[in-house]
Amino acid sequence: MSLLLLALVLTPFVGALLIPVANKYFKWSAKFTGLASAIVTLLLALAIAISFDRNSSSLTQFDFKVSWIDVFGISFHVGVTGIGLVLVLLTAVLTPIVLWADFYAAVKRPILYTSLILLLAGSANLIFLARDLFLFYVFFEAMLIPVFFLIGIFGGANRAKAAMKFLIYGLAGGLIMLAAIVALTLIATTQLQRSTFDIATLSQSISLTPMQEMWLFLGFFIAFAIKAPMVPLHTWLPDTAEQATPGTSTMLIGVLDKIGTFGMIALVLPLFPNASAQLAPWIIGLAVVSVIYGAILAIGQKDMRRLFAYTSISHFGFIVMGIFAFTTIGIAGATLYMVAHGLSTAALFLVGGHLIKQRETALIADYGGLTKVAPVMAGFFLMAALSALALPGMAGFVSEFMVLTGVYQRYQAAAIVATLGIILAAIYMLWLYQRVFTGPENEKSNLIKDLSSKEVIPLVPVFALLILLGFWPQPVLTTIEKSVANVMQQVDSVDPAPIFAIENKEQN
Amino acid sequence: MRIPTPIIEYALILPMLIVFGAAVLSVGFEAFISNKYRRQSQVLLTVSALALALIALIIVGNTNARSLAVEGTIAFDGPGVFMQFIILLSSILATLIMAERRVDPAGDAFAPRASAVAGSEDEVIVTKMGLVQTEVWPLLLFSVSGMLLFVSANDFLVLFVGLEVMSLPLYLLAAMARRRRLLSQEAALKYFLLGAFASAILLFGIALTYAYTGELNFGAVSAGISANNNAAGLLTVAVGLVAVGLLFKVGAVPFHQWVPDVYTGSATVVTAFMASAVKVAAIGGLLRAFFVAYGGYAWDWRPLFWAVAILTMLVGSIVALSQIDVKRMLAYSSIANGGFILIGFASTSRAGTAAILFYLLTYSLATIGAFALVTLVRDPSGEANNITRWKGLGKKSPLMAGLFGFYLLSFAGIPLTSGFVAKFTIFVAAVAGGALPLVLVGVVASVIAAFFYIRIIILMFFSDPDPDGPVVVVPSKITAGAIAFTSVASAVLGVFPQWVIDYVSSVSVFLR
Repeated sequence: MSLLLLALVLTPFVGALLIPVANKYFKWSAKFTGLASAIVTLLLALAIAISFDRNSSSLTQFDFKVSWIDVFGISFHVGVTGIGLVLVLLTAVLTPIVLWADFYAAVKRPILYTSLILLLAGSANLIFLARDLFLFYVFFEAMLIPVFFLIGIFGGANRAKAAMKFLIYGLAGGLIMLAAIVALTLIATTQLQRSTFDIATLSQSISLTPMQEMWLFLGFFIAFAIKAPMVPLHTWLPDTAEQATPGTSTMLIGVLDKIGTFGMIALVLPLFPNASAQLAPWIIGLAVVSVIYGAILAIGQKDMRRLFAYTSISHFGFIVMGIFAFTTIGIAGATLYMVAHGLSTAALFLVGGHLIKQRETALIADYGGLTKVAPVMAGFFLMAALSALALPGMAGFVSEFMVLTGVYQRYQAAAIVATLGIILAAIYMLWLYQRVFTGPENEKSNLIKDLSSKEVIPLVPVFALLILLGFWPQPVLTTIEKSVANVMQQVDSVDPAPIFAIENKEQN
Repeated sequence: MRIPTPIIEYALILPMLIVFGAAVLSVGFEAFISNKYRRQSQVLLTVSALALALIALIIVGNTNARSLAVEGTIAFDGPGVFMQFIILLSSILATLIMAERRVDPAGDAFAPRASAVAGSEDEVIVTKMGLVQTEVWPLLLFSVSGMLLFVSANDFLVLFVGLEVMSLPLYLLAAMARRRRLLSQEAALKYFLLGAFASAILLFGIALTYAYTGELNFGAVSAGISANNNAAGLLTVAVGLVAVGLLFKVGAVPFHQWVPDVYTGSATVVTAFMASAVKVAAIGGLLRAFFVAYGGYAWDWRPLFWAVAILTMLVGSIVALSQIDVKRMLAYSSIANGGFILIGFASTSRAGTAAILFYLLTYSLATIGAFALVTLVRDPSGEANNITRWKGLGKKSPLMAGLFGFYLLSFAGIPLTSGFVAKFTIFVAAVAGGALPLVLVGVVASVIAAFFYIRIIILMFFSDPDPDGPVVVVPSKITAGAIAFTSVASAVLGVFPQWVIDYVSSVSVFLR
């Protein structure tokens, strides 16, 4: 079974290498080879998801481990955790959709574009599955390069600057984390008498002094807070999203940014439970600021893509809150939130991308009254917007509700303030819809073509999943259940007794 | 009175003897072979001598013969063998790109007569006559033999002789660039004057060390230092002077002023040789002197190395930001990389030595590859070294720009390149040696350095080419082969470094 996992890990990379070769020698188009390997990856991910034992409480399943750099105790070790699995599935679902969507947007240099998207997806998979800290770090950093080129070669007018900003932010975060990793392994080496990068060993067999734990925690957390963009380390995201193609933005915000929040769950909490618990109030505070600040700035944006980016900053605030609430429902909700947000971001960027491509402007003021000329597009956009503002019946609602419940169990004030984010979300989303699709028609509105059936195809699975998970989130929740329980156990945290139940008892 | 005959272990110094013998033979070639065949025979001699030396080194090095040789003045130990290996390998690669004559329509990279006054009628005449400079080959061989001696020295006198044999030919090589003659001559003069000055300082340090311990042999000096507790001030001055002399060769800040000028003024192929083999040799000599001879005195010299490492990383990275000449930028990058290597001196442990050895190998391969690519971007007046001229090269020549981008990412230390693994091993060794602050400075310097590496990548890939921009020349198969070798080696060392890391860890013990 572990070979199945290896195949899943390798397929995108093989695909990326195969694209130029197959194009040259067999005349296979980049679209064909790229989509084929993305779909094979999806099938492999589904096969793993089906055979994943949801009742097993072992840390990982399907482990594949070979020694890599022996002197430092580094191995190529991948394994499936419940949380990792849902994110792999998210990546596997989004990759073919993005490839499909961008082909109809007639991307220039399709061979390079498809290869880079596959490299990005492959690196993301490895990060979600890595059980060795060095392996995690290598792809955490290496993944920056395909995205850098995706932004810089295929992006808009200011792409070079945006790409530079993205890469420098990413590198700075990564190098801080590198220093922390090196220090952590030194401590491990002195305590265990051998060098190791095994995540499970590091989290279980090492004892850190509070001082050490605090510094190492910061080293990791800053790297992840840049990636997941949290205020005040978020400024790269709007600039990047404004310049990148819709497909790149979908992968960037939908998948790559999830690595930040995934890292918090998979590395920060298990490795530094005490420091995490100690600093949790501060982080929750910062997350609330992200929620509100991101939402308010989203309201004020003139550019659609920047607006989407700020909504994501707001949503990442919710995810981080859920993680650092240290409750089962909070962490489970945060994981579901990652999936829901990935899907609704894809919906927004892909539908919005069609609009922006036709008029070559992303300014909201340049549009108006599109419901008449493009009813199908308007319908999809409205659904995407409703999903982003967490309307009941959409996946976003379930996860947001779970996160807020989880946070409320420990931090009532934070949960109440964050609820304002939901109201603000309704404002930025519906107001955007109103300005673009309703109201008086812009003089150029009749130039807009509605979505063709080929353009609708990639959107169907996204919306189907958004609605499915809105009514029936069980598949995700049962998958991550044991994994979340493991995290709770690693941070040595017990869910607080439900507040209302106690109150009721007292009344009796 | 009977003078005992010294015992000489010929087998252990065979690689040096081969290169040195070939150098002498090469001087003979200069005198006796006619113009028509001279260049070919010189190139053939150089490459085959270096290759033969490399084979001899591998054979002898694999026999596990590890001992001091020639009355204890030369150490044939693990680090020495590995450094000789890097030097010979990078010299072969440098020779291959030096022999290139297809990229410049005027001939090879060297002035037909370096002694002619720049811009004079004389120069025009010799160029028209089609004279070919072949003295570079014996000079190169002498320099390589000096390096082999330098990194194996176990005695301060041998160290000094090695240094001079290595350096004197380099001063001449720097003066021989075909294009921009004045810059080249200026570079050579600067290099010579400062180099001579540094040699004098080194010699003075050696003399004071002798005054303190009464010994010149590294092992004896080390024993003398631990036996003697008086007048440590004398020893501190001695160690400081030796450090200055050797750090000059490394190009560490604040002794780096010559590096950008010399790297820019020399012919690019010579710069490739300097930035790889010469840098390896300089670090090698520094390692020997401070890990072996002054190893027992590490507590006292370590703060000096901390300061120099911090300065070198930061100054190298920050000043590189404002460079607009590719060669100058690479020169500062070379300085900054020297700083990262110096982090390894923070722990005089086996891990530190192993990390430095690995770094040297990866760095010298990537450097040769990068400089070889620089020679290919040309306009009618020679190499187009101004960065702005490199605009849009990614569209014009994706292969060349892609490879150069790969080397830049490697210098920047992005994972899955050899540069990352090298930095990582150095950081691990340094943290184990208690040098976490140095690693933190290294991290900051890496981020700064990333800026200018990425700026070039952005220029190459994200802008449109100028219509009248430079062209990328297709080199001969030999140069292309050298570039392919360094590229493949860099990629493999980035993904599968385990065998080399295992090897350097097993050979990281110095003999004394």
